[in-house]
Amino acid sequence: MSRPKLLALQLLVAVVALLVWHLGSTVPLGLGADGKPFFLLPKFFFSTPLDVLARVWTMFASGEVYRHLAITLVEAMLAFAIGALAGIVIGFWFARKPLVAAVFDPYVKMMNALPRVVLAPIFALWFGLGIWSKVWLGVTLVFFIVFFNVYQGVREVSPVVLSNARMLGMNERQLLRHVYWPAALAWVFSSLHTSVGFAVVGAVVGEYLGSSAGLGYLIHQAEGVFDVTGVFAGMLILMVFVMAIDFVVTLVEKPLLVWKPGETKTV
Amino acid sequence: MSAGGSAAVAPRQDAVPAVALRGVSVAYALADGGRYEAVQPVDVTVEDGEFVAILGPTGCGKSTLLNIAAGLMAPSSGTGTIFGRPLAGLNAVAGYLFQQDALMPWKTARDNVAIGLEVAGSTRAAALEAAAAMLKRVGLAGFGERYPHQLSGGQRKRVALAQVLVRRPKILLMDEPFGPLDAQTRLIMSELLLDLWQADRKAVMFVTHDLDEAIALADRVLVMSAGPRARIIGEFPIPLARPRDVAEVRSEPEFHRLHAAIWGCLRDEVRKTYALAAGEGRA
Repeated sequence: MSRPKLLALQLLVAVVALLVWHLGSTVPLGLGADGKPFFLLPKFFFSTPLDVLARVWTMFASGEVYRHLAITLVEAMLAFAIGALAGIVIGFWFARKPLVAAVFDPYVKMMNALPRVVLAPIFALWFGLGIWSKVWLGVTLVFFIVFFNVYQGVREVSPVVLSNARMLGMNERQLLRHVYWPAALAWVFSSLHTSVGFAVVGAVVGEYLGSSAGLGYLIHQAEGVFDVTGVFAGMLILMVFVMAIDFVVTLVEKPLLVWKPGETKTV
Repeated sequence: MSAGGSAAVAPRQDAVPAVALRGVSVAYALADGGRYEAVQPVDVTVEDGEFVAILGPTGCGKSTLLNIAAGLMAPSSGTGTIFGRPLAGLNAVAGYLFQQDALMPWKTARDNVAIGLEVAGSTRAAALEAAAAMLKRVGLAGFGERYPHQLSGGQRKRVALAQVLVRRPKILLMDEPFGPLDAQTRLIMSELLLDLWQADRKAVMFVTHDLDEAIALADRVLVMSAGPRARIIGEFPIPLARPRDVAEVRSEPEFHRLHAAIWGCLRDEVRKTYALAAGEGRA
């Protein structure tokens, strides 16, 4: 299918969905039993697309949203940086020391099996309602993704490439730098979209469960007063925010994965 | 001219051999506690400047001998010496050309070639310059910035050859290096290899299952029997004149005579391998 045609069809989906929402919430189907107009999508529960857009506009025009965006961004970035660093270091360590990996294996599996959301209240208790409780929640999510990828990446370096590198005269340190590190990094990058996404999830869920700022906080506040327009406005901003981050990730990984054939793997 | 049999040609006494494997055998421990005797004690000598091909049916342990000479693998018994020195750990004076793709996929062709010099202490600038020159010699001038996946199989082999040769190894170990390539590319790669080798004759240990390739390239062909308990069952000097044209040498009468003689020695072993495989298939 040609690109313009595909784009037109994609737009059509959005237009139809918005139109259904708009008509359903503003055009009454008739009068209900109590004599009041009856709507397919009552405004109280669904708001209207125009109201949501107007709310987003006022949030940006008044400038109140920037502070919240910045906080969520900082939380997500810190969560990603710390989680990725810990995942890389420990992943390397486990992969190069099979005994360590064998000893910790059941515990790693147990920790990973735990749904991380239940940690949010504990982290709020430990690290307070500031950004750090959200950062650590994000870290627990990001860490395991990066950790498993690095572990896999280091262990699955092609034995032929490894033998060749040895025959080319590389010592252990040089092998680490020229063979293990690039191999592991490729796996980290292949999971970059997932791990960055999880960093945002950690931040927003943490904010939602207890905070004084951030996009999750905004949504939670609006929900608390049955402000559906505010909830949808917050969701819309969050959606665009995540897509923007994803776009940046794509820009970053492209030059770094130029050596990879074809599509990059995802996990 | 000793054709066939295990009568060994006496090695030259005046020089220390580049590779000397004495009574080397290989056995693996099996999962059920048994023992798999892959290679019986064999002697292999490669003189300095000599091109030796080791020919044998698939799975006979040819590559195992190569790995032992490279120091990638320890023999179950026997000793190896490299230019008179006992082999301990990796063989630092050898370059190894693998059958499979062994290039680092995250490095460009030029960086793949340069890395061997860099890790040995060359400056990056000097290493890159030498790499570019070597890539030119293997016919890949202008391909230095490509990544392995952007090159064809034959081009990747050329890079691998450059990667090995740029370090100026005294011994070349080659494990069916052109096996995965198509017939035409193989011929061209063989030509390139002989050209490069003739410039500064190094000791070569070349493992192959291709009879034509072995005769066209080597000074001496060793024939191995089918595994298990593989051994060397024949040794054939190849008195074809050098420099050789890999394609034309195949039409010489001497080539046909050698071909018939070596095939006579190899045929039964190849059949044995097939019979073994068929037997396993029925089981």
